Amino acid sequence: MITVKYFANLKQMAGKDEDQFDISEGTTLEQLSDLIRQSVPQLGDMVREKKVMISVNYDVVPLDTVVKDGDEIALLPPFSGGM
Amino acid sequence: MSTALESKVRIQREDFSVTDEIEFMKKSSRNIGGITTFLGTGRELNKGENISELNFEHYPQMAEKKLGEIRERAIKDFGIIDMSIIHRIGHIDIGENIVLIIACGEHRQETFKACEWAIAELKRTTPIWKRETTTKGEVWVQATP
Repeated sequence: MITVKYFANLKQMAGKDEDQFDISEGTTLEQLSDLIRQSVPQLGDMVREKKVMISVNYDVVPLDTVVKDGDEIALLPPFSGGM
Repeated sequence: MSTALESKVRIQREDFSVTDEIEFMKKSSRNIGGITTFLGTGRELNKGENISELNFEHYPQMAEKKLGEIRERAIKDFGIIDMSIIHRIGHIDIGENIVLIIACGEHRQETFKACEWAIAELKRTTPIWKRETTTKGEVWVQATP
């Protein structure tokens, strides 16, 4: 089981804070986007089209990254902190 | 989320006192000869739109981790003595404090450079998002320069 968190405008699109998915061994973030698409079609497409950044356990990583049980994944829209 | 003054990297809802934060940082070392601060505040106009209020959201743990990494790199790469980074989240009114960076060094040059680099790096790498309320409604702000 992995958790995928949504933030800012992505959370509004999803209508929820997070999803949880069962994954098989060797699943990449690109493959995970298919599961996300089943839950929130627009977000799955945004992952595939690289319109959002993705973090695994608090580090931004590329789409070919393999995820494992217990990982915390987050979809991150462009940051706008500071002022 | 931490609000204790003794932490040099903090994300908090409460406002902070710039004077208290500087005094706290001055205790880091008796070798501090220069301090540069950057204070970001809520402004009323953005791209011609009147803003009535701001709201900041962050990704807990990752945001604190990134701020900690920025502080460590600033100390190492610019040769400064110490740095603190404080960012507020939640509701912020126009004119209120948003972010404070304090860079302390033996001399001024490295603190100017470290402070400028740190705010740019914060905006680039730290998962914090701003939502503006304007006369047209609420808007999540995309990356700003």
